[in-house]
Amino acid sequence: MGEFEVHRVRFFGLVPAGVRCLACQPRGSRLALARTDGAVEVYNFAANYFQEKVIPGHEARSVEALCWAAGDRLFGAGLSGDITEYDLALLCVARSVDGCGGPIWSMAANSSGTQLAIGCEDGSVKLFQVVPGGIQFERNLDRRKGRILCLSWHPSDTHIAAGSIDFFRVFDVCSGQTVQRIMVNYHVLKVRRECIVWSIAFLSSGTVITSDSFGRVQFWDWQRGTLTESHTVSTSAVLSLAVSEKEDSIIVGTSTGATYQFQLLPVKMGSLEKRWVRTKPFQHHTHDVRAVAHSSTALISGGLDAQLVIRPLMEKMQKKGYDAALRKFTFPHRRLVSCARKARLLLFQFSQHLELWRLGSTDETGKDGEVLPLCRMPEHLVQLKSKGPEHIYCSCVSPCGGWVAYSTASRFHLYRVQYEGDGVSIKKVPKVPKLLLPAYQLQFSSDSGSLFVASARGSVHVLQLLEPGGCKHLHTFRPPSGSPEAVYLLASSADGHWLAAVGGDWAIHIYDLKCFKHHCTVPTYSCAVTALAIHPVTNNLVITYSDQQLFEFSIPEKQYTAWSRKVQNCGLHRVWLERDSPITHITFNPKNPSHILLHDIYMFCVLDKSLPLPDNSALLMNQSTLKQLPETARQRQLHAFKICKKFQPLLFADLLDENCLVMVERPIMDIKTQLPLPIQQKKFGT
Amino acid sequence: MVAPATLRVVRCGGSTLHGARAVFSADSKYLLCAAGDFVKMYSVATEETLRVMGGHADLVTGVQLNPHNHMQLYSSSLDGSIKLWDFMDGIPIKTFTVGSKLLALYALASSEDSVFVVIPKSGERDTFQLVSVKLTKAAGQDLEAKELSVVLDGVDASPKHIAFGREGEYVASVKEVNLQVFFFKRKQLNRFSVSAIKTKSGNNHFTCIACHPTEDCIATGHADGKIRLWRNFYHKKDYTFSTLHWHHDTVMDLAFSMEGTSLLSGGVESVLVLWHNESDCQKDFLPRLGSAIEYISMSSDGALCCTLHTDNRITIINSNLRFSKSIQGLIKSTDVKTGLVVDPRTKALVLNGEPGHLQFYCLQSDQQLFSLDIVQRQYIHQAGLNQADLVKVAFSAQGKWLATVEEREEVTDPELQLKLWFYDEETQSFKLNTRINMPHEDHITDMCFREMDELEDDSLILVTAGRDCVFKVWVMVEDTDPEAQQSVSWSCDFVGSYHNYQATNCCFSEDGSLLAVSFEETVTVWDSVTWDLKCTFCHPPGKIRNICFGRLTCSKYLIGATDYGFLCCWNLLSCALEWSAHLNVLVLQPDPLSEHIAAVSWLSKESSLFVFKPNEPRPIYIQRNLCKEKIQLAAFVPRDEPETIGSEKYHWLRRSQLFFLTDTQELMTLSAKSLEERLTPSSKQLAVEESLPVTPFSLLLGKHRRQQSQEDIDLGKLVHNKHKQDSPAVKELLHTPAHVLPSASFLCPIFINSLLISKENKSTEEVADEVEMESEKTEDDSDEERGVTEMEQEDTSPMELLGEMTCKLSKSQEKELRKIRKMDYSWISAF
Repeated sequence: MGEFEVHRVRFFGLVPAGVRCLACQPRGSRLALARTDGAVEVYNFAANYFQEKVIPGHEARSVEALCWAAGDRLFGAGLSGDITEYDLALLCVARSVDGCGGPIWSMAANSSGTQLAIGCEDGSVKLFQVVPGGIQFERNLDRRKGRILCLSWHPSDTHIAAGSIDFFRVFDVCSGQTVQRIMVNYHVLKVRRECIVWSIAFLSSGTVITSDSFGRVQFWDWQRGTLTESHTVSTSAVLSLAVSEKEDSIIVGTSTGATYQFQLLPVKMGSLEKRWVRTKPFQHHTHDVRAVAHSSTALISGGLDAQLVIRPLMEKMQKKGYDAALRKFTFPHRRLVSCARKARLLLFQFSQHLELWRLGSTDETGKDGEVLPLCRMPEHLVQLKSKGPEHIYCSCVSPCGGWVAYSTASRFHLYRVQYEGDGVSIKKVPKVPKLLLPAYQLQFSSDSGSLFVASARGSVHVLQLLEPGGCKHLHTFRPPSGSPEAVYLLASSADGHWLAAVGGDWAIHIYDLKCFKHHCTVPTYSCAVTALAIHPVTNNLVITYSDQQLFEFSIPEKQYTAWSRKVQNCGLHRVWLERDSPITHITFNPKNPSHILLHDIYMFCVLDKSLPLPDNSALLMNQSTLKQLPETARQRQLHAFKICKKFQPLLFADLLDENCLVMVERPIMDIKTQLPLPIQQKKFGT
Repeated sequence: MVAPATLRVVRCGGSTLHGARAVFSADSKYLLCAAGDFVKMYSVATEETLRVMGGHADLVTGVQLNPHNHMQLYSSSLDGSIKLWDFMDGIPIKTFTVGSKLLALYALASSEDSVFVVIPKSGERDTFQLVSVKLTKAAGQDLEAKELSVVLDGVDASPKHIAFGREGEYVASVKEVNLQVFFFKRKQLNRFSVSAIKTKSGNNHFTCIACHPTEDCIATGHADGKIRLWRNFYHKKDYTFSTLHWHHDTVMDLAFSMEGTSLLSGGVESVLVLWHNESDCQKDFLPRLGSAIEYISMSSDGALCCTLHTDNRITIINSNLRFSKSIQGLIKSTDVKTGLVVDPRTKALVLNGEPGHLQFYCLQSDQQLFSLDIVQRQYIHQAGLNQADLVKVAFSAQGKWLATVEEREEVTDPELQLKLWFYDEETQSFKLNTRINMPHEDHITDMCFREMDELEDDSLILVTAGRDCVFKVWVMVEDTDPEAQQSVSWSCDFVGSYHNYQATNCCFSEDGSLLAVSFEETVTVWDSVTWDLKCTFCHPPGKIRNICFGRLTCSKYLIGATDYGFLCCWNLLSCALEWSAHLNVLVLQPDPLSEHIAAVSWLSKESSLFVFKPNEPRPIYIQRNLCKEKIQLAAFVPRDEPETIGSEKYHWLRRSQLFFLTDTQELMTLSAKSLEERLTPSSKQLAVEESLPVTPFSLLLGKHRRQQSQEDIDLGKLVHNKHKQDSPAVKELLHTPAHVLPSASFLCPIFINSLLISKENKSTEEVADEVEMESEKTEDDSDEERGVTEMEQEDTSPMELLGEMTCKLSKSQEKELRKIRKMDYSWISAF
């Protein structure tokens, strides 16, 4: 593996925003997630739960409810009172319509996806028709006082159940009248306490399930208005509830961070009498579980601790494998850090600002595992605040450190940074060319002479950077066959000859920068690309996919390399394939061309192409055992994957020079301290 | 009464009694539980032991009501037999010999003629299997039951590890981390397991199992304190479970209520937890049950629940989780450190009870009289916690003063307390008088009062011997503090030591003039007035283990037992060794009422008893092989009245009875009587005679009938005359178990004769009473019994009209009936 001097960076103070709501695409394989900062993310189950799309947030646009309608159209509604439709190809807000009922607390689409119902602050439930190119107000249902916190359609689309404070109502969709009003409040010693119905679900059998602030999950027969079952699951509120498509299982999330599964089970073997039974409790979160979703094979929960937890249902799994593992996502599946190798700078991207840091340095050397004392402490050089309410899409710092670029939904900014001794001056580059915005990815060329801007419809703009602070639009690459999806990953070669770009359709296009033409397309693979990079020496493109596959494509020869074929023939190690987070960054060691450096959240790996691949019987993580072996035995045990798990969770790793690494960590404990205190719970023995 | 030739060793109590869950009779009036080799029947209302059913040769491992006749009871034992009892009469009906050890017994209503038992798998050690045993219907009392069919393999030996589900549809068994469920109808076996990973809260192993009575739900208890409720377990894959967690340590037993709406669980916390609706949030507790809960059982009407505890206590609890009754014999404590002491006032045996308590155990009634909290600190049920415990106890001669020593085991310095308690006549209990912290620097080894009956109170002296090489003399002093509530308190008067040896034993002579204190190898004798060292004795090598003075005519002798296996008798007048014998004496116990001294030796894995008088070196009585266990303690308990014992050999048992406690805490005694004589007459009385509780219905009925009879009298039409209740024939008839009665046709004339009315008329009130009693009798739900009573009723109505005949049986008829009763009717049991 070789020895490296490692900069262990822990000053990236990223606090991911909490999860506010989740929506599973009906009959689809996508999960939409909204965070408290208004960002919307789309995860693809088919691509190993890869975070496929991210629409950054907006200060004024909180999202309280998300739903899929008319197939794959995603709608959001929030306290701003607008219903927003998202454009998932361009990753921005397509259009937004005022709901005219004050802040919107809830939204639900009917089973066919043709109608949307919203629940507003003023107590009204409004129906909207989903039409091509937007939504159209249809009508108001019977309006009463009290905000509508949750909504659920009957699967036959004839009725809507709406939860409010102290009661819930059932509306007849045809007549628009309230046909049932059921009180759920709770009297404790004559003291009336407000009971908030946080979540509601309407089953086809006519059962309405409510979860409320007293920690109860209750099952009602809406027609008779009677309570059939009541389960107290928690001493604090039950905030969220989701039903499986078969209506035989529900998941609820509580404010103590616990989630519970309820199952509809036969009371006796072979009998038709069935009862809801609380079965499995899970405690994966530390804070409020604000959103849950029930996919056909997994229980999904998202909490204010920013975690998305996917707990597979073992009984639904055919075999033990990648899908059967519990996974927790806290960090985005893309990098928020960029590194100026030569200048030894790091640029951290936050939702609304950027931070530029200079790495510390040391003049001492030491042995393996030693912590070297710093002679110069890391230095926070610049904080760049984004103007306006929009959040940052992407950012980049040039390898020389002289240029910083970032983009929001409507603006693109390029800055010239100059270093005079210890001082830093930053100057905005005026008159940046008008581009198709937003930019989804920015990449400087290795000589810092040009900037590549990934844009919508598969296009990539090339900007030439001019000294002392200007830029010029050189060319725009477009895929020959055209593409509706935005480019989300870029890689340029060190010699400035090639540029690889990946769009939302996962096609990788390679462009020739010398003659500004499309060079070739990498054969498509049915999985999302998580990272790609071009080797500085051989100009081979290394691609990692979300199913943990690894390819090497020779750009000059327009084909996969022999090593890549060998990897495909032998297959990767089972443990490698079962890892649950995608590779987010690839880099190379120019001094040792056979090395590929990759990392995901939990590990850093040096892939040595010159060594044999491990078979499934070998130990993948064998660094500690190798250390103990004598030199001769070690040679036999060596294999291509050299994995280091010392740095966790690893947000970014890069090679500064041939023996100097930078590792950016964000300990979970540091995030926890930034969050508000969780609900105090008595723990036995403390 | 002719004494039998040999003395028998009789078990009285103690030991680990309960090998199985207790069973309530169908009417919840009686509680049946396995107690050692016996099955005991207790009355739920009075806590009394009604019947002791003996016959098994080894530990009883299971008791189950016969599901087809709930007046009958099956019991299984390690001796390899299943017995069917009529528990109302205490009569064994049948004995089925299975052959191999039976570790658990289950009886199901759905299986006609078979029961399920757990037996060791032949040829393999520590593997057990659940088999069903076909109980043949052949005639005869002793039957072979060899028709076994294996139901489940690889089960655990504990009876708590197997449970039968709703209507006997399936059987579930747990072992370690595996649960297996076998469905009888489908012949399907499903296996589930929990992860075997050890967490910091303990391991995941199954400890007990219970099945829901009406639904398909299995509750399992785990070693880490969790309770899992399994459902949908007929699918190998879609099974699911929910978890309830309150216990911090092993869940010892689980029981569902009769409808299955609530679940009871218990563990070492000695708290009974009631879970409502299988919900984690709704639970009720019954705390402070004294000691760890071992078994829980429910009565069939759901009104009562019973917990058996590790210290042999039985607690009966109402359905609303209210403590109702406690049946406690000899409480098993973790270690009897106090020795066996006899309370002079109540003649009860006094020893360690609950942790930190002193129990007063009444030998006659096999009941705990009361429990005195000595340590007066909350006991925390947690492993590895050093808690104060009672180590020494001594009574003054009249039982007026009680001295206790408690200590807390600390490696470096023990925490000691000497407490002196005064018996308060008003409250009839002991009251703390003086508490002395750290009376000695090290453990107290022995303690005794000067026993002087004739002297007044202030001459009372307490001597404590400690490992800190001194003995201390404590006397009562007048309290000078005007604010003190009591007039006297205790303080140290004298500290004696001998060559810096550890003091190990102390003992006063009978007249109280001399005190003997042993210091390792030497016995020192001190004058109790001047505290001068009078003389020393030793028998090197070997440290002194026990010393005692002779009594009455032998008061000039001092007896000592040494480590090296010598029993020495010194003459105090000549200060010389009178005699010595080579005997490894563990226990040396003088009889306070005679010259006899009992010594128990331990040689080659058996205990032997020697009884001797100090004045002659030859023992009066020797019993070799008293028991296999090591005898730790012994005590002579004075009898209330001297017993007439024929044989000269057992004369030493005349005034007191000798009790032993083995290292398994089994209390045993020597008895010259046969088993039948020992049983108290109360256990022989029949259940029919018992005063049945008055139900509203019977009250109503009785009132109604009384009114009716009153009206009849008023009208003067007819005077009811009934057969005499005390007629011996009727009594015999009613008291003989139904299944051994001869045919009805044979009995009829005798019975009718008995019903004939005598000349003298009874008062009307008596008649009314009789009617009431009869109505109660008819409520009895025994089939056989009903047959008799029905017959009785049918016969009475015409009899009322007959006015002249006498109800007295002739002597010959009575004799005949007696003869019939004595005859062997075992052939009837074939039916």
